[in-house]
Amino acid sequence: MPSRRAALRLLAATAGAVVLPAPVFAQARHSYDLRPEPVLPGIWMIEGSTEYFSRENGGAIVNCAVLQGQTGLIVVDTGSSRRYGEALSATLRKLDLRGVSAVVNTHHHPDHYFGNQVFADRPIIALGGTMEAARSNGDAFSDNMYRLLGDWMRGTEPVPPNTVIASDEVQIDGRRFTALPLAGHTEADLVLVDAETGLMIAGDLAFLDRAPTTPHADLATWQASLDTLQAVAAPAILPGHGPLDRTGASLRQTSAYLTWLSETLTEAARTGQDMVEIMATPLPAEFAGMGAQPEEFHRSVSHLFPALERAILPRAN
Amino acid sequence: MFRYSLALVAGVLASTAHAADTPRVQLTDPFSSGMWEYHQIGLLGDPADIRFDDRVKVIAPAAAEDAFNVPLLVDATALDDVEEIVISVDYGPIPKILSFFPGAAEPKLALRFKIDQATPIRASVRTRSGAWHVGGTLIDAAGGGCTAPAQAYASDDWEEKLGEIHGRLWAASGRARLIVDHPMDTGLADGIPLFIIEELRFSNDSGEELARLALSEPVNEDPAFTLYFNPERMPPLLHVRGRDNNGNEIEGTLTGEEVN
Repeated sequence: MPSRRAALRLLAATAGAVVLPAPVFAQARHSYDLRPEPVLPGIWMIEGSTEYFSRENGGAIVNCAVLQGQTGLIVVDTGSSRRYGEALSATLRKLDLRGVSAVVNTHHHPDHYFGNQVFADRPIIALGGTMEAARSNGDAFSDNMYRLLGDWMRGTEPVPPNTVIASDEVQIDGRRFTALPLAGHTEADLVLVDAETGLMIAGDLAFLDRAPTTPHADLATWQASLDTLQAVAAPAILPGHGPLDRTGASLRQTSAYLTWLSETLTEAARTGQDMVEIMATPLPAEFAGMGAQPEEFHRSVSHLFPALERAILPRAN
Repeated sequence: MFRYSLALVAGVLASTAHAADTPRVQLTDPFSSGMWEYHQIGLLGDPADIRFDDRVKVIAPAAAEDAFNVPLLVDATALDDVEEIVISVDYGPIPKILSFFPGAAEPKLALRFKIDQATPIRASVRTRSGAWHVGGTLIDAAGGGCTAPAQAYASDDWEEKLGEIHGRLWAASGRARLIVDHPMDTGLADGIPLFIIEELRFSNDSGEELARLALSEPVNEDPAFTLYFNPERMPPLLHVRGRDNNGNEIEGTLTGEEVN
């Protein structure tokens, strides 16, 4: 039996000679690589991936708008987790040492507001409907986000907005906006138009080259909101998902997709198809190349078809 | 001699104990599920003639977007003489979803169900010879579909709509589709007792039964089905009759009437 000292010597020699693989528990902490790109004077965009939530992208699928305010930066939408909010806060101090002065949430979906936790002591501004929906859905969203994203979500607790925005002309940290209280993607969708540059921050009423999502959508209301946004004729549109739009393509593409979706589901109900059969329908070329397809189409069939079908099929008793 | 019989008794006891949790036919489960052998015995009655068979197609989205309404299409039309299709999940508080007795209809059914967790889902098809052919797929899910109250109770007019049927026939494609309004309470939500449609029978105008469904708790709220017929043998109308476990009668007639 070797002495304790001999054993220690042996251990030291082994440790010196062999490079052990890093144990799993020592893996690098998940971190977001957020890059604010200047898009207009005093305005930056952090562009999200056009994929669905995954453990590879950590849920960084949303676009955030960053605007220079009088006492710091105004952030529109805060990402999918506490860790995302922390990365946002740290990254933005490189643009303005004073950091974030005010937060806006365009609507109550978790990829747009789960970073709020980091900014809980600042004004977090949204429509009243968004505040209510975030309060009632937050825990259920949170369960699902932990399931989808795993450790990226560690420590995240949903923090609903704390300040209701007025409509029409508003000032946020000294910066002037037109606030449009709309709906259709959810029951409360806020659009901000920046007075100085004309930039429209459209939230998820506008998608570009990424499939629109419909878990709380009302398609007719959404189309009416898109008409309102078309009429603004903004020189640039920052969509909720997808690249910055300087031509209005995001509004046209979102509208065309919703029209196709509605017609496809209606025709399917009229010909007696069920959801699995509809999901097997190939997407037209103009929509097949969108990010997160065909998954989003499949999700939309689940969200929209049961009610639509019940309204279309005739009574049989 | 005494010693020999004791050994025999011990041997019989051992094989009985073995039989209690091992099916007569042990299959290699493509999903390596820990529950399949249990269901093979409990749901199918431990048949002597059973196999996994790719000809039984079970099609569903890979992930359940809405745990209350998971769509499923089961297609056993590649098999002849199908008498019964048992649709079930491996994991969930209530494994059996329904039994379909296709009769004069094709052995093919579209339905929706409530899912409680990620699970393999199976269609076990029994043919006239007594042989079972089992197909399946995997569905990922956040879950909770079986243990939540019905959404009907969010509105106060659910009782007026109870048993309403929407649907029609499409002669050219041989389809019969219907939606029956019913809460389909599983009995697993706090303080809400079991309340489900147990049976739906489909018959032609002369009263001859063409197909039958025996429903269990996991069928979705407002059950929705498509039955498929050979278009040449499609009846001009289809009577639907059923009842729930509270004795409410369900009755309607599907015709080729144009949709709204």
